[in-house]
Amino acid sequence: MNVELDKVKSFVDKHACDPSALIAILQDIQAEYNYLPRRALLVLSQMIKTSMVDIIGVATFYSAFSLEPRGEHTATVCMGTACHVRGGPKILEEFERNLGIESGHTTEDKQFSLETVACLGCCAIGPVVVVDGDYHAQVSIRKVEPILRKYQTKEKKDDAPN
Amino acid sequence: MHQIKSPQELREAAAEQKRQREAQQKAVLTVSAGTCGQARGSLDVIESLRKIVKEQSLEDRVEVKLTGCHGFCEAEPNIIIQPQNIFYQHVKPNDAAQIIEDTILNNQIIEKLLYKEPTSGKEAIKEEDISFYTKQNRLVLGDNALIEPTQLNEYFSIGGYLALAQVLEDMEPEEVITSILDAGLRGRGGAGFPTGRKWKLTRTVEADKKYIICNADEGDPGAYMDRSLMEGNPHRVLEGMIIGGYAIGADEGFVYIRDEYPLALKHITRAIEQAEEAGVLGENILGSSFSFKVNIVKGAGAFVCGEETALMRSIEGKVGEPRQRPPFPAVSGLWKRPTNINNVETWANVPLIILRGAQWYSEIGTEGSKGTKIFSLVGKINNTGLVEVPMGITLREIIYDIGGGIPGGKQFKAVQTGGPSGGCLPAEKLDLPIDYESLTQAGSIMGSGGMIVMDEDTCMVDVSKYFLNFLRDESCGKCLSCREGTQRMWEVVSDICDGNGKESDIQLLEELAVAVKDASMCGLGQTAANPVLSTLRYFREEYDAPIKDQRCPAGVCKALISYSIVAENCTGCMACLKACPEGAITGVLKEVHVLNQEKCIKCGACFEVCKFDAIKIE
Ligand SMILES: Cc1cc2nc3c(=O)[nH]c(=O)nc-3n(C[C@H](O)[C@H](O)[C@H](O)COP(=O)(O)O)c2cc1C
Ligand code: FES
Repeated sequence: MNVELDKVKSFVDKHACDPSALIAILQDIQAEYNYLPRRALLVLSQMIKTSMVDIIGVATFYSAFSLEPRGEHTATVCMGTACHVRGGPKILEEFERNLGIESGHTTEDKQFSLETVACLGCCAIGPVVVVDGDYHAQVSIRKVEPILRKYQTKEKKDDAPN
Repeated sequence: MHQIKSPQELREAAAEQKRQREAQQKAVLTVSAGTCGQARGSLDVIESLRKIVKEQSLEDRVEVKLTGCHGFCEAEPNIIIQPQNIFYQHVKPNDAAQIIEDTILNNQIIEKLLYKEPTSGKEAIKEEDISFYTKQNRLVLGDNALIEPTQLNEYFSIGGYLALAQVLEDMEPEEVITSILDAGLRGRGGAGFPTGRKWKLTRTVEADKKYIICNADEGDPGAYMDRSLMEGNPHRVLEGMIIGGYAIGADEGFVYIRDEYPLALKHITRAIEQAEEAGVLGENILGSSFSFKVNIVKGAGAFVCGEETALMRSIEGKVGEPRQRPPFPAVSGLWKRPTNINNVETWANVPLIILRGAQWYSEIGTEGSKGTKIFSLVGKINNTGLVEVPMGITLREIIYDIGGGIPGGKQFKAVQTGGPSGGCLPAEKLDLPIDYESLTQAGSIMGSGGMIVMDEDTCMVDVSKYFLNFLRDESCGKCLSCREGTQRMWEVVSDICDGNGKESDIQLLEELAVAVKDASMCGLGQTAANPVLSTLRYFREEYDAPIKDQRCPAGVCKALISYSIVAENCTGCMACLKACPEGAITGVLKEVHVLNQEKCIKCGACFEVCKFDAIKIE
């Protein structure tokens, strides 16, 4: 991943090099690159005069951050209580089986990352899965493959030469 | 919007908006479009309705309004049609033309869109006919259905910021605090601490700067009232915070909001901008000497950051580990300044108390718990959604009268309240009037209001394992007792679920529970054992079955169950055969199928597709 120094600097400048804005800056970096590239963190460390140890400490404490590049698409399966009693774990297993990875990982072709979340606040329509910001309600085992296919084909279409 | 310069000017602006609302002659279609409504396609419904209104040039007769969540999530996307208050559920974009044609233009009810009571099958035409709503008292949540959350004028039209005007004009900070104290408002974020007492304490501490925080981290999985309020009525939360700032003498506030709530974040951000523009937030609010600003901080996915001291560290940009109290935040909080933190729902109650009076408020609820509480009624329940009820109502009323009971004719088993710090209550406790104290006595807690209903197909040992897994993941790791204790308890309960449990495990769990509770510093560890202890207390036999007989009576724990085909019921439709990812089911059309246990991975796909009850789990 190409990390543009100027971009990282602009995120830090936006918060006036304020060390207490560390989490917000990391969120900006992650929104840009989908993960936290090491080079970006090195720049950040110098600019806000915070050691890499502390930055990595924060980055690994909060589950929203990833130090590894993520896939093109992210599927997030809700593991909240309401979704759990409605069969959430079975849905996660189906995603894992379908993608051939465990949650927290990315497929080899870098198409999908699979994540879990502790509740999306849509508990009434569980089990809930979010793919790239789209909410899928009342997901059943049968719906898993069609959901994934929808994003896969979109990808292929985008890649096709015009 | 121009800057409003005095409380009087605000009253006039609000009165004008109210007048316009009441003079409204149009038919108003309000579509519920919170995150859950949008997930069910409410935005498409709005688009089709608006398109038809435009095509038929009905703009001066019909208004389509996009509101936050109405609370009745089961019926999503739903529409309320004013002035008649007609309620339509599960509306699809292609119903739009008929709604305009039949209901708006010809005053006819569309039967297929009406809600039917799950027990009696009776149809309800109006919102007030639906049993889900009749026992509720929607003082806080009700406004969600009235206003477009992104328009400040809409909030003005229902009396928005009038409480702030009153406070700035007529009340000393101490009077505001007395009012909150007399109302008996207690924190809605979990512990139920009296809000007025906390404000008073923060007010009396001398300091050069003080802060206000709105806790919108809503970490309890299964609770989403805070999201709904932030999405559907953000100005009300903001108004509460501004009044709080005035009362304790703070000039700056923070909203700490979960990362998983993009729509709520958008709406509160918008609300802050609008409030500043209108002069109800910022420098010299409404021309007074009181100034207050509000910042937003986004969480980054850590449950423990909902705990107040961890949350403050997180705002400071640090690892969100809780710290020892005292000193309490009221004395030394954010950047060591006196800080008053309250939950979203607590803040949303404040304007109501100011406007309608402490006396009025304190008449709602029970002796020790005043006002209403919003619960998220979810899980195995017919009418899922957000329900707002007076404190003191019984669990039975919520689950059966409002919730419409358990779907599919199944038996009620338990209701989980209070999230990972709470517990599971059995059928014997259904007549418990709920308030902070009664729930604690019964071995659970009020928590933030999650209420997850479980039926006979839920395994209570599995639920206990679920919470322990959650807690061992979310424990920040600072206290050994919590870090290792939750891990060890999880291992023991997992062994039981896997059929490797021993009779001595129960005693071990009870001992661990005491150690984790006594030796941990923050609420996470102190209450971590509640889900285990409450299931042991009320559902002991569910632990005995896997330990003594290697059985999971609810058919959940994978190691203890097997799937098989019931020959009498199997019609040979081949649905399960096609669904099986492992090719474990064989057979031909119209002949009883066969399931090969060796190949079966117990994924449940066959069970899900079978329409004839021909797949048995035991
Ligand atoms: C582990 C843990 C998680 C918590 N999570 C939340 C939360 O998500 N939202 C919340 O309002 N309070 C939460 N609390 C309670 C807060 O510490 C604090 O008591 C509350 O925000 C105070 O507001 P209130 O008095 O209005 O309830 C949590 C407490 C603990 C121990
Ligand atoms: S439990 Fe899944 S959305 Fe809340």
